[in-house]
Amino acid sequence: SDCVVRAFAWHPHTDKFAVALLDDSIKIYNPKSAITPTLKHRLQRNVAAVQWKPLCASVLAVACQNCLLVWNVDPCSLSTRPSSGCAQVLSHPGHSPVTSIAWSPSGSLLVSASPLDTSMMVWDVAAESCVPLQRVGGGGVTFLSWSPDGSHILASTPSALFRVWETRMWTCERWPCIKGCCQSGCWSPDGSRLLFTVQGEMVIYALTFSGSPGLVKGPQVAVVVADLSETTFNSPDGDIIVGGEIQSLSWDPRGERLAVLLKGDPGAANRPAIIAVFKTRSNPVFELLPCGFIQGEPGAEPRLLQFHPNFQHGALLTVCWSSGKITHIPFYFLTSGISQVGLSGSLPLPHLQERPADFSNQSLFTELIS
Amino acid sequence: MFPSETSCWFIRKVIWWRAAASIAWSVLLLPPTTAVFVFLSKFSFLHPIQTISECLSLLMSSCLIFSFILLGGVVTMVGFLNLEYYTVIPTIACSKIALLGQLLHPRQVINSFAHCLMGVIVGWCCAVTAGSRYETLGCPCKSSDGVPQMGLNEYHLVFLLAGAFVGFSHSLLGVIHNINYVSFTAVQQYKYLHFKGSLPLVLKCSAIQAFYSIRNFTVAYFFLGYIPKTWICKTLNLHLDSSVHRLDSITGFVDLSLLYHLWISATFLLFTWYTTLLLFRIFVTEVYSFPVQPTFTEDSRQCLPRVLTDQQPMILKFLALQDLALLSKHSPSRRSEVFSLSQPGGHPHNWNAVSRECLALLADLTQRLVAYHETVATNGRAKSLSSGSERKTSSDTSFSSGTEDLMSPRPTFLTKTPTSVFARSFAGGPHSPLTAPFTPDLDSPFSSPTLRRLTGPVDQCSPWHGSVQSPHIMRRAPKLWSTSAESQVSSSPPRSPASVPSPKQEPTKPSFLAQFLQNRKEQVKNFMAKRVLIMYLFNKLPEASSQALFADSQAHIWALEALSYLVQASFTEDQFGVVQTTLPSILSSMLHLQEAVDRHFKLPHASSKPVRSANSMEDFTYKTLRFALRATLKTAIYRITTTFGSHLNAVQMSAEHRKRLQQFLEFKE
Repeated sequence: SDCVVRAFAWHPHTDKFAVALLDDSIKIYNPKSAITPTLKHRLQRNVAAVQWKPLCASVLAVACQNCLLVWNVDPCSLSTRPSSGCAQVLSHPGHSPVTSIAWSPSGSLLVSASPLDTSMMVWDVAAESCVPLQRVGGGGVTFLSWSPDGSHILASTPSALFRVWETRMWTCERWPCIKGCCQSGCWSPDGSRLLFTVQGEMVIYALTFSGSPGLVKGPQVAVVVADLSETTFNSPDGDIIVGGEIQSLSWDPRGERLAVLLKGDPGAANRPAIIAVFKTRSNPVFELLPCGFIQGEPGAEPRLLQFHPNFQHGALLTVCWSSGKITHIPFYFLTSGISQVGLSGSLPLPHLQERPADFSNQSLFTELIS
Repeated sequence: MFPSETSCWFIRKVIWWRAAASIAWSVLLLPPTTAVFVFLSKFSFLHPIQTISECLSLLMSSCLIFSFILLGGVVTMVGFLNLEYYTVIPTIACSKIALLGQLLHPRQVINSFAHCLMGVIVGWCCAVTAGSRYETLGCPCKSSDGVPQMGLNEYHLVFLLAGAFVGFSHSLLGVIHNINYVSFTAVQQYKYLHFKGSLPLVLKCSAIQAFYSIRNFTVAYFFLGYIPKTWICKTLNLHLDSSVHRLDSITGFVDLSLLYHLWISATFLLFTWYTTLLLFRIFVTEVYSFPVQPTFTEDSRQCLPRVLTDQQPMILKFLALQDLALLSKHSPSRRSEVFSLSQPGGHPHNWNAVSRECLALLADLTQRLVAYHETVATNGRAKSLSSGSERKTSSDTSFSSGTEDLMSPRPTFLTKTPTSVFARSFAGGPHSPLTAPFTPDLDSPFSSPTLRRLTGPVDQCSPWHGSVQSPHIMRRAPKLWSTSAESQVSSSPPRSPASVPSPKQEPTKPSFLAQFLQNRKEQVKNFMAKRVLIMYLFNKLPEASSQALFADSQAHIWALEALSYLVQASFTEDQFGVVQTTLPSILSSMLHLQEAVDRHFKLPHASSKPVRSANSMEDFTYKTLRFALRATLKTAIYRITTTFGSHLNAVQMSAEHRKRLQQFLEFKE
């Protein structure tokens, strides 16, 4: 793709993030330090994904062409070019190219997958050992997502089939799709609900998993929770058609905002790629309410989106644009469920209103921050 | 056959049944494996249909059914040997001599012999199955003067010998690669899926190892083949057929069909044995769920808090810790039992027992690491011979006790005069001092469960204790000393320990003796340094001592996981606050361990990664346990700090630990 940014990852506990660039170098930005370490390794080619290890300060996994690299970037180090000795190389014959990785939320295991390999690798990174989990059918694995409570993993295949693994005994459920492959998916913070989109369809499906993990059988059928068919909006610059196929989904860690990246049509000027934001609520019933749109500068298309894992005042969406810019879009709100406030207790709330534009003022631009 | 462990209910009720189930499955897997083997050995490209019909008729034949019975017996025997020899804590040889000692240990010799014998049996079955020219040992032939007589069928003999060779090398490689080590995986899978997933690896390993074994066998037979051949001919009164060319010649072994059959047979042999081993590992390491609270009082010895504190057998302790780690991770209902109070009385007995045992494990490891570090720090990087014994000379008076010597590093042991070597050999202290060169060079592993198998009182009666390792060492020792120098050293009769100059004389003239020892030691050192072989044998294997130090760290990993998950869960689930009381000690023991581990990883060799190859049944887990422990420890501390956050400031701890903890809270570790 044309985007300068290949991959992006927030650190799960702090404010730093890693950005993989087109030249296969990875930069780590930390607001608290002036040093921006650049990670380069001779095996670090075609970086497809990066992810920080949870419950750890310094470990970053990188999915490369032929291997997985696990960098140990000392947060106290003053070096701007950590040596390649800081990287652990994990490879397995036949397991390439690695395109998706997922750390278990408990930080103990790392799962990697390749679209050309039918087995999914579960790595014990410290011991450098891996267990291949192979299932026939579907081809490789294109997308991985570990549920925040650690009980399930979504693994989609290039064909019209995806699997949901439970991580206790590592068995899987097959979910055949009718039309195309599962494009993207995301989990609710408690791991009980999976939202996913299917290539060629303009809807978001939901699967609900209930009960304690591993003991209760999952749901029997996926339900449609949102229809994103094309809709025309009038804006000062003319009509804009929004909707269509969905490229990716991201759910904020509190489960209150859902960002949906709509592909649009790059050829047509009035069908831009756009991010639609929904408010979500899971109690008492699951609800998905439109909240607003996010559009970049003219000509810039959103490529990657990820919510900050622990933003204190609401949600913070980070978007990487095709122009190479990275913007942070904060959503300030009060958490509806007090129980979800978590352990930090009191929340300082400087702003109570939504920052992104909503339907009433018709402006499809949001203020670009940073 | 089964030593003192027999008394344990767990071995009787669980492990034996698991082993029996694994053996039963291995036997059940024999027919399909044999069918594939028959097909492969009979296959010919020119007559595919004929091959199939031949195979089918052969599979029904009485001869093959007899082979089945034999093979079933062999597999059962292999299963029994697995059960008898398995260990959850690997024995790590720290030098070549220690490895040699392991190989020549009577237990191991019995094992090798048994494998040899079973190899012969499998070789015979393979020869019979392959049929035609391989089938019988004797064949009619004509002697030079035309009289018909029984001649030796060398092809058959080669099969038998190849079987013995492959079996023997399998057992030797087993020692070198610690193949009897049973490791626990972090990824729990159902047995069938686990087995299915590992099967391709087993097949690959056995094919590759069979290839190398057959290559080595060919070379060995080429040079030494005439010995068994003539022996067999003499004992069975067979004649060598001079008309057929001999197999231990260049032309004899260019026979591709023979090599192919040998390779296929060796693969078959190794595959059945490895499958048995794999099934045994899978069955034995299966999660066993212990009740947290006994339903009836008579079951109390089987419940988790009680079982955790048992020292023997190790498998029970490991499975209990595994279960504890899993319940703390996955099972809220069982966690609540751990946090519950006793009725009546309101004591948190379960939590106390669990946390005490876990903390004891961590403290044990910390202590071991600190002791190791101290030893290394005083001895320097190379653990040079001189520095080690300087400490020795200062404490000469304790020579006679024999116990203090256990504290000294191994090189010191080597540089002693024979007086002390023999004095200690027969001192008969609580631990056999002869295990000293077979162990890491510090005191603490002796007290650790790592070597309980070697030194522990439980196994005093087992052959490991006071073993034939000692004759081996002693044989070597006199040679060493007798050539080393003039004086009493060479005059001391090596074969009779009674005549060794008694250590009683030593305290009388310590200064002279110290001087004398110093000189001797220098001479010995210089002498030894010149002998390449000796240096080769006695030099430490890099990172082996580090591996040995962490050999049982799987237990510590589980303890860390269990504690951290339980503490994390206690934030929301612990109604009575039972965890609160132990939180300071948990944090401080984790931080202590963190310090010790950090210091250990600054040592040379400690952080170098072992080379691994995917083509072996060797379990590499034990070589990387220290890395796994380091990662788990950090994650465990982070798990607690992220859960409790700034609340941890209210926990009592030393200023140093608070500083360290602050680093964790700020994600700077």
